[in-house]
Amino acid sequence: MTDLAVRRRRRALTPAQWIGRALVAVVLLAFAAFFILPIIWLLLAPTKTNSELLLSGPFAFGSFEQLAANWNELFAFGSGVFAVWLGNSAFYSFSALAITLIVSIPAGYALALIEFKGRRILLVTTLIVMLIPNTALVLPIFLELSAARLIGSPLAVILPFSFFPFGVYLTYIYFSTAVSHDLLNAARIDGAGEFRVFAQVAMPLATPVIALVGFFSFVANWNNYFLPFLVVGGQKIPVQVGLANLLSNVPAFNPTTASSIVIQLPTLALATLLSVAPILLIFLFAQRFLVEGMTAGGTKE
Amino acid sequence: MSAGQSRFGYVFVSGYTLLLVAFGLLPTLYALFLSFTRNGVFVGFDNFVKVFNDYRFLPAVGHVALYVVFWLISLIVLVVVLAIVVHGIRVRWLGDTARFLFYIPGAIAGASSVLLWLFVLDPSVSPVSALLRAMGYESLVNVVAVGNLPVVFTVIAFWAGAGGWIVIMYGALNNISADIMEAARIDGAGALQVAWYIQLPMLTKWISYMGIMSLAAGTQLFVEPKVLAQATKNVVPEDYSLNQLAYLYAFRQGDFSGSAAISVMLLVVALGLSTIFIFRGKLFERD
Repeated sequence: MTDLAVRRRRRALTPAQWIGRALVAVVLLAFAAFFILPIIWLLLAPTKTNSELLLSGPFAFGSFEQLAANWNELFAFGSGVFAVWLGNSAFYSFSALAITLIVSIPAGYALALIEFKGRRILLVTTLIVMLIPNTALVLPIFLELSAARLIGSPLAVILPFSFFPFGVYLTYIYFSTAVSHDLLNAARIDGAGEFRVFAQVAMPLATPVIALVGFFSFVANWNNYFLPFLVVGGQKIPVQVGLANLLSNVPAFNPTTASSIVIQLPTLALATLLSVAPILLIFLFAQRFLVEGMTAGGTKE
Repeated sequence: MSAGQSRFGYVFVSGYTLLLVAFGLLPTLYALFLSFTRNGVFVGFDNFVKVFNDYRFLPAVGHVALYVVFWLISLIVLVVVLAIVVHGIRVRWLGDTARFLFYIPGAIAGASSVLLWLFVLDPSVSPVSALLRAMGYESLVNVVAVGNLPVVFTVIAFWAGAGGWIVIMYGALNNISADIMEAARIDGAGALQVAWYIQLPMLTKWISYMGIMSLAAGTQLFVEPKVLAQATKNVVPEDYSLNQLAYLYAFRQGDFSGSAAISVMLLVVALGLSTIFIFRGKLFERD
């Protein structure tokens, strides 16, 4: 079709097409509002006092002084327990991330590029486990860990977090499409051993997939609530679990709250925001990258 | 294949295989063992019968089933419509922005997303309090009445999860060759006809993938009712979903066998769905 024809078609919009376009615009706007307004509200709520939150417009900005006051209230709560929770989350997520990368990258590489007996069954098992929701294994893992008397230990969180079949699958897909057997064989003929082939030929090519597996593993572990909720308690809980515990100190939701130390709603909103801040930042800055990875996760073509 | 090479293969997969055994295989086997025994003695299906006869079990199944139905329908219909609509946007930055806006709530998951929605659903602080009041809700407890929960959980799950699927569907739509689309337009097909006769059939593989994944995930409902129960002092019951019930068995009643029985049932559903999908779906076929 020529440019001219396209332009003519554009100009000659029938009333039905106009209605169609208007409908599309309304649908898009409505859903954009649905997805984004809660986040905007969450960004603004911590800048208000409790009464401002109840009385002023939902999308009004409070003040930076109030933000600082809420910040201080949150971090003073329970002698700074919120910072401990954030630290725990970071410790669990980064430790698991390190182990995940150390075990998944070589495993995905071997599944894609090395022939060995049992390869196929390992691959199929990985796919099956990858596709079951990770919550499905949480209670069985809890039962296993309590039989092994590991409940309460940081390892009870870190080790299950490190098991990340999706990361192995991503690496497998990456190496089977991006690196050719021929390239590796050339290196082998030149006399390089398997470890050198992996370290000096494959690894330099693997940076994108390492980043991708790292992102997905970190996001999944930071946001995980169910497993740490079951296997650690007290001062060892990560922020997801701590956040839910804060609820019992919020008089607005819990009029019967017995605790004398109470959390005001804007402070709870700030806690919610901080609990997702690292992930939100990753999403904002690595969005395009993550989106490509997600599509690659299931794409065969 | 050389013997040397295959030996290195084993070294490379050893760490991962260890984790797979420790946190995939063993817990499954141990849960199976627990569910068929009581205090180490084999009892056949007794634990399953006991759980099944628990007055809380069938209501929990009903709650989860209703939620899954709501969620799957809204997910499939809205994700496909939104992906096709966004894909149809000719202005590049507009399409990119729309995808970004839909996707960003995916960053907020778990307890955080439930907490955020506690605020959104509480008419006293909600950004859409006018809407909630117009629907006749005056307080959070009204909004999260048990009858409303399947819809409430659907909204929360859709908000956090739909964007990722829209992005995936969008990617699949990009795979449809421009020639086919152009040919259809020249033949006089409108946007609706293109969507129905060309784009939708091309998406079926992805829709079934999304449907099966979401069905499996939906049966696992836990954090949403758990946090809402905590926030509303059990106006939302603490035995609303199956996983909550399994949790109560283990933690409240100290009955690990009963807890394992529920987990095993849920695990069988999840494993069945993923296995069927891998062997029938062809999405992950590579060699």
